[in-house]
Amino acid sequence: MTLFPVTIHHYLILSALLFCLGFIGIIIRRNLLIILMCLEVMLNAVNLTFVALARYYLQEDGHIITLFVMAIAAVEAAIGLGIVLTLFRNKESVRTDRFTAMKG
Amino acid sequence: MADYLFYIFSFITVLTVLLMIFQKNPLASALLLILGFFSLAALYILLHAPFIAALQILVYAGAIMVLFVFVIMLLNLKKTVSPPDTGWIKKTLIFLVGSVLFLFFVFAFFCIPETLFPAVSEGFGSPEKIGELLFSKYIIAFELIDILLLAGIVGAVLLGKKET
Repeated sequence: MTLFPVTIHHYLILSALLFCLGFIGIIIRRNLLIILMCLEVMLNAVNLTFVALARYYLQEDGHIITLFVMAIAAVEAAIGLGIVLTLFRNKESVRTDRFTAMKG
Repeated sequence: MADYLFYIFSFITVLTVLLMIFQKNPLASALLLILGFFSLAALYILLHAPFIAALQILVYAGAIMVLFVFVIMLLNLKKTVSPPDTGWIKKTLIFLVGSVLFLFFVFAFFCIPETLFPAVSEGFGSPEKIGELLFSKYIIAFELIDILLLAGIVGAVLLGKKET
């Protein structure tokens, strides 16, 4: 496969694909837990972009930003799951089509 | 040799994410996503980022996804509570919007002139280099992340308390 060596574009297209797949997953699925997992996929796609560009420009600043994004994703996952638990305690469901109290 | 590995691991990542989106059982989705995070960590190693790869396995696959699995098993969703599928109109519409977004990204990426990766120095991506940057240039952001984690802990404990 040395005819087509892996360039920066390969990594960027892969991260764009992961981002768009996570985005489609958030809109399509109605289970709150799956939505949160697709959100994590989107954050990981952004991480991959940062690390690939850090390798391309030979600066470790991309790694540090990735570190911060991971910390923020951890906090956000914890709080998001706390919200899911509270919702489940009140409504006995994790389906987004059941939460219509603020509708209309 | 690294080219083969890139194609293998990127294929595994995209396949697991695709499968994860369309699973009925959320526990199967969580396990598939753990596999996807492991192959993403392999991609980080290919990009000469061993510290980030180790952190990916520790934080994402080892903490966040374990938290997800805990919550999924705690909620103990029965089979009957699977929501009705979104209609086919909405699915094709969002697929079109997703592909337009993807093409937009691809078009924007080709602003970078087509060159290969430059040769990497010896200690690139090692914890020493990252520590040097983190505690000199990004020290303020580091301390702010600390406060954010504290806020997250307090919030998570508050949300998890049973109302008595």
